[in-house]
Formats: sequence, C-alpha cells, structure tokens
Amino acid sequence: MEKKISILVVDDEDSVRDSLNLWFTEDGYRVECAENAKKALSILECGSFDIILTDLKMPGMDGLELLRRIRALNKDSIIIVMTAFASVDTAVKALKDGAFDYVTKPFDPDDLSHLIRNATKQISLTNENETLKKRVDSLENVEDLIGKSEAIKRVLKEIESVAPTNSSVIITGESGTGKELVARAIHANSLRKFYPMVSVHCGALTESLLESELFGHEKGAFTGALYNRKGRFEMADSGTIFLDEIATISQKMQVELLRVLETRSFMRVGGNKEISSDFRVICATNRDLKGMVEKGAFREDLYYRLNVMNIHVPPLRERVEDIPLLTDYFIKKYCLSMNKPNIAMESAALKRIMSYKFPGNIRELENMIERAIVVGNGKKISLKDLPFGKDVIDSSVESLDDFEKAFILQILNKYGWNISRTANALKVDRVTLYNKIKKYGLKS
Amino acid sequence: MNPQTITLLSFGHFDRGFLEKISEAVAQEFNCAVSIKEARLDLTGFFDPNRRQYNGDQLLKEVHSMSINTSKKTIGLFNVDLFIPILTYIFGQAQLGGPTAIASLYRLSNEKYGILPNDDQILERFKKEIIHELGHTFKLLHCYTTTCVMRSSTYVEDIEQKEAQFCPKCRNLLQSSL
Repeated sequence: MEKKISILVVDDEDSVRDSLNLWFTEDGYRVECAENAKKALSILECGSFDIILTDLKMPGMDGLELLRRIRALNKDSIIIVMTAFASVDTAVKALKDGAFDYVTKPFDPDDLSHLIRNATKQISLTNENETLKKRVDSLENVEDLIGKSEAIKRVLKEIESVAPTNSSVIITGESGTGKELVARAIHANSLRKFYPMVSVHCGALTESLLESELFGHEKGAFTGALYNRKGRFEMADSGTIFLDEIATISQKMQVELLRVLETRSFMRVGGNKEISSDFRVICATNRDLKGMVEKGAFREDLYYRLNVMNIHVPPLRERVEDIPLLTDYFIKKYCLSMNKPNIAMESAALKRIMSYKFPGNIRELENMIERAIVVGNGKKISLKDLPFGKDVIDSSVESLDDFEKAFILQILNKYGWNISRTANALKVDRVTLYNKIKKYGLKS
Repeated sequence: MNPQTITLLSFGHFDRGFLEKISEAVAQEFNCAVSIKEARLDLTGFFDPNRRQYNGDQLLKEVHSMSINTSKKTIGLFNVDLFIPILTYIFGQAQLGGPTAIASLYRLSNEKYGILPNDDQILERFKKEIIHELGHTFKLLHCYTTTCVMRSSTYVEDIEQKEAQFCPKCRNLLQSSL
C-alpha cells in the first residue's frame, strides 16, 4: 500500500491549523499540527514529515529560526513558510535557508493545491531518485556474482574487504570465471564508485595500439592520428582502471606501466606535457603471473606493485553447487532478452550439465544456455537441446591448453577458417584469435 | 433506504422549485430521505469587513449548533461569498465524518466570471457542491477520479469537469460508512 504523504502544520492561530488540517485530511494526507515552533521540534524528535508548513511570525521562536533548526536536525522535509506580512527580505532569507517555497496568507485555494502538488512531486522525484540509486548500486554490486558455494562466498568477502581501500588488486582465475564482474563489484563498492571504471583488454591490442590506448595521443603523433585523444589513464581520473589480460603486455609496456603507477603521471604519445591522473588499478589474468616473474617474463617490481591484494576466482568445476543457480539465472536472462516465456530445465539435462567440467567456465555455461533456448522447443530445456556429444569437446582432456587448441581448431574448421566469423563465434577479437593460432601452430 | 436523513437548511433566498430539484438529486445519490427547511439568520456577525466576505468557519459552527441530532446530516445553504482565514474563498466546507456542512451558491454563477447567465448550469454546480460536502460528512475524502463528485474543485471550471455522482469506489466507501 502506498505510504501517505505526511504534513506538519505549525501556526499559532487555531483557525489556520484547523482549516489546513481539514483541507489536507480531505485530500488524503496524514496531518499533524503544532501551535508553536517548540512543539513542532518536539514532534519532529519523534518522527519526520514529508512537508512542513510553518507560519513566519509566531510567539517565541519564529518560522525562520524553526527552519534553521529543522535543517540542523538534518531532516530532509520540504519546508514551506507562510506569512501574512510578506517582504522580499524574509522571502529571500527563507529560500536561502532551504525553504521550498514562501507563500502569503490567505492563499487562493488553487494556489494551495498547486503548492502541495509541487511539493509532493518533488518528494516523489527524490524518492524515485533514491530508489534508482539503490537499484543501480545493488546491480553494480554483487548481484551478478551468483552462487551460494563457500568458494564464491569467500570471493564476496574479499571484495567487501578490499573495495573501500585504494590498493591495487590482481584478480586471477581461468577464462570465463567472471574476473571482470569481480572488478566491477570492487569499483562499485569503493569510494570511487561515482567516477568511471575504464576497462582495457590488453591482450586484444598490439604494443603501439595499447600505448596509444592507455596514454592517449596528440594530433599527428602517428599516421592517422588526426585529433588529440585522451588515454584510458586520463579517462579513469578519480575512478578505476581495469587492465584485463595484464600478463600479455610486452616488456616495454611493463616498464611504461611501472613508471605510471609510481608517478601517477604520463605523457600522451607524441606529446610533451606531463598529465596527472588519480586512478586505482585493478588487473586480471588467467595466467600464473608469479611463475612468469620467476621465468623472467614479467617484471618483478611491476608484479609487486600490482599485487597488493589478490583475489582468486574459482573455476566453475570447483563450485558445482552454484550451477543450478547460474543456470536458472541465464535462463531468465535469455528468455527475457528473447521475449520468450520463462522455461524450466529437465532434471536429466541439469544432471548432465552438473557432471560436465566446463573448461570455459561460466562463459561456456552461459553460451550453452543461450543456445539451448534458441534451439529448444520453448517449453523445457531437454538433453537434446544441449550440445554434449556434438560440438563440445570431451571434458576429459587433461590440459586447458590442449582443450583450447582443440576447441579453437574445431570452431575454425566449422567456419571454414574464416577468421572474423570464428572470432565472433568464440567471442574474442581477431588479434586474440591470430595470437592463439600462432601459439598453437594451427594450420588449415 | 438509508436510515440516515439529510436536511437541506436554506439560509438564502432560494426558489422552492430550485431546492426541490437539489433535494431529488441528493436523495437519489445518498438513497435516503431528504427534507428542505428554511431558517433565518442575521449574517452581520459573520461578515468580515476587511475581506468583505462571510466567515465559513463561524457559519459552519452556527449551522452545527442548530442541528445537534447526529443521526441526521444537515447542510446549510447560503448565497454569500464565503472564506476561511487561510483561504481567499471557499465554495463550501464540511465536518469530516460529522453531521454538518455548508455550501454557497455565490461563486457558482456565470455572472461572477463575466459569462452569460445559465440557470441550469448553476443548478448543476450547486448540486455537485452540496453532494460533495455531504460526502465529507460521510467520511469520504477527495477522489482522483476525474468525473467523481468527490474530486476536489478549487475553481468553477473544475466543478464542470465532474458529475453529480460518486465513482464506484467512493460509492462503496459511502455504503460502508452508512
């Protein structure tokens, strides 16, 4: 049931209090009256009101003083000051002290209706704003990190403790485990949440492109640089920069990055002006960075600067109990986006999904559910709607690299080695796909 | 038939036929017996010379003192310009859930707004205002349904928009308060 708007009428004249009480009650508002400012303050100590209508001239404390006291109490009521003796000075004072409006008694009935209607509109806008803010906050928080397993609970706890700090964080975990979601949750729970979180997928960019992407460039810095461009570090000022696939950056970029992290300043490519930016760094990788440091493939000093805090996101196979919840979440998500009625999954299909190892983790599960909804009969997801035994590789392969190699080869063959279509199907960019082909020595 | 009775207490110079038409409409809307009574009252004491209007609060109290039988609802009908201290004018007012109300024809005539007189329009407007104020005596609050007689009217064009009838929701509330 909708909450009634509450109004407190403060006036030393009985007839004014009685008339307004009756008028507002007939309009469906909850009304209370006080004959002076002192009484009003004692009423306000016990509760708050959406709207306070106060007379200006009252014996003892006047309306302006009451207005100041209410504001000092941090009450966010809408205050309307009424007076029989209007003057520009008092009106300006009242409005400066935070009154919503200043009106002269007696009112035209229509003006009174408008006044209250405007005030209630303001209240509903404020409430709507609050609700939206809460919704945005909760969406940005951890709603997308679904699960009830101990493993995911640990991740949530770590997010909670690390978020309010300003420390750099490395998020580790296999591909498709939701590392970017963790980064977003950290940002959304940090003091920087009202500023941007800028993401950079380092693996998708060549060294020169990454340099320009991170630091920006000046017009004419290289062929095609027709305009000045802000870099991601500059865009992340006061916010967070998320460097995904950090392990893929070159040695040269590692040096550059270390310098930026130490000085929090940089120069645009082709520029000669030092630019400062206040950002927090969150990185993610699916590789063993520590091992790379030991092998000399990743700078130790950079590693320690980035790895102030570490959050490891477990693979899906280590939190099997979350699969039904995730499945349900993706079914709802895709049914909604495809404008289909919400459908259920047959128990045999769910059982098969739960026994699968999911080398592609949650991303693979998500794709599987999306596909099942597309190809299914729209009533129930059954085993035949799932790709097991058709184009999904047997999960018995031991190494992730072996799996990835075989999987990429399979999709490449499926699309006749068309790089764009294969990259699109794998949901990676063309550069990443080329790198993988090179890495695994794949040939058509 | 509703056991309540409603009295239309006329203080103005209203035509008997005019009052009977109102009485019929009220009886039909509230499904109860409606009587018409004439009363005399010296309005001098209710006149505010500064505002050149009559004090609605005081008139309501006066009508209430003349009709203390709570099983009845009484509405005092006037043809003077009414005000209450906080508002520049009122068409009428009522004791919410009480036995008494007042209404005035004064601001309902076209002539007050520079339009040609229309007796039928005045009658319709007055009916609506009387049913509206009596509705308050049965604890009905303002309604947001555009055509409901309980919709708040702060100027005469507002009254034109609504009908002289309760919407189904207000009618249900009225039934439960009887």
